[in-house]
Amino acid sequence: MKQYVAVVARYDENGRIEPRQIQWNDGRVFEIDRVIDRKRRASMKAGGSGIRYTVRILGKERYLYLEENRWFVETGEES
Amino acid sequence: MDRVILHSDLNSFYASVECLYNPKIRQLPVAVAGDPQARHGIILTKNQIAKKYGVKTGEAIWQAKQKCPQLVLVKPNYQRYLRYSHLAQEIYRSYTDRIEPFGIDECWLDLSGCPNSEDGGLRIAHAIRRRIKTELGLTVSVGVSYNKIFAKLGSDYRKPDAVTLIGKPQRESIVWPQPVENLLYVGPASKRKLQRYGIFTIGQLAQAKPDFLEEIFGKTGRQLWIFANGYDVTPVASADTKLSMKSISNSTTTVRNLTCDEEVHGILTMLSESVAARMREQGVHGSTIAVSIRSSDLQSVERQKKLLSPTCVSSVISGTAMELFRENYRWEKPIRSLGVRVSDFDEDFVRQMDLFQKAQQQENQEKIERVVDGLRKRFGVFSIQRASLLKDQQLTGLDTSIQNQIHPMGFFSWNY
Repeated sequence: MKQYVAVVARYDENGRIEPRQIQWNDGRVFEIDRVIDRKRRASMKAGGSGIRYTVRILGKERYLYLEENRWFVETGEES
Repeated sequence: MDRVILHSDLNSFYASVECLYNPKIRQLPVAVAGDPQARHGIILTKNQIAKKYGVKTGEAIWQAKQKCPQLVLVKPNYQRYLRYSHLAQEIYRSYTDRIEPFGIDECWLDLSGCPNSEDGGLRIAHAIRRRIKTELGLTVSVGVSYNKIFAKLGSDYRKPDAVTLIGKPQRESIVWPQPVENLLYVGPASKRKLQRYGIFTIGQLAQAKPDFLEEIFGKTGRQLWIFANGYDVTPVASADTKLSMKSISNSTTTVRNLTCDEEVHGILTMLSESVAARMREQGVHGSTIAVSIRSSDLQSVERQKKLLSPTCVSSVISGTAMELFRENYRWEKPIRSLGVRVSDFDEDFVRQMDLFQKAQQQENQEKIERVVDGLRKRFGVFSIQRASLLKDQQLTGLDTSIQNQIHPMGFFSWNY
């Protein structure tokens, strides 16, 4: 499933985007400890494609996608 | 040194994008189809599963449903397809800047002299195939060859998600046994004509005498012989070139049948405006105006006329189109669809002065239309409109700007 989320991000002077915090629509907030990787990837699970950020949240690796100007995560298994 | 040319084809493009965005329908037969309410109810593309049921591009929805009652129909989302078309081109651009799009879902790439193309382009072709899959979630079939025609044949040969090499050694084994209509530019009419002379395969075409073919088909006969033999040397137009553009057209199937000159005038005006705007955007002036008319019994006619001097003014285009229409249509049947096309582009256009200041008038008109272009770009297509089009908004309220077709190459009219 595709879940759009609100994201707090930092733009550096070169225009590079670094997501810092994910705000779930039920009010929960997750701090992003680190961005491990960024690549253009399709998400077959959620349906769509964009820049896929591999981020570490609470010690776990998660994917966060930026599709044009909206962020989404894949849900459906554990979440 | 042989050239290294790829032809990359996004498989079942519209349907694949829809399936990417909707995981639930991926395992079902899916077709993207126009809106039956607006009478655009034909199949635009179908996925591989629907293909197995015999669903064909171009047929009516009811025909497709007869073959496959559980067919999932999805409305087209052109903005999204354009985005994916550009994303695919971005991937191609990381290998070469010599890219020539052919429609929204196909491109030729010239890799001659590019790094890592020493193996004839196979490695890059596979890299492109993999990247399209992982980065965009779509599949391509890629043809690899030393000329554009065989590269295109290669991309049709095995699909989806495949690479086919047609080098010189494969010419006789892969290309020549294929039916002659698989060759680019051999349409149904020329296929019938060729078959009348006993030419059924590409190989038979290749081995026919070029003089004989020229006698039957004119200049294009020799061209087809060149294509069949793999002698074509047409370059792949670079990404930013405009030279290969031969015509700009737009057509529409109207929401209801047209029954009088006034309605036709409205539609021709709307189509001419969008064609003219596109011409100004591309910086071209054209001197041949064509109008195509399809009546409710699906009979088509096309008539064209050459102007004394080239233009990109919509009122001149629509005026000529209307004149052609009046001269050639007798209203025996109502009209289902109309099209306007401008060709014969003059890129180094210099306006000729004339005695009666007609040239000056045209120049002023062009200036006005450029202002309209600017307004529409900033505030949308409907921000400024001709009053005559407001009379019947159901008929003329289409956003024509996304539907313009630019024909990348000269096409042989007898194929159509």
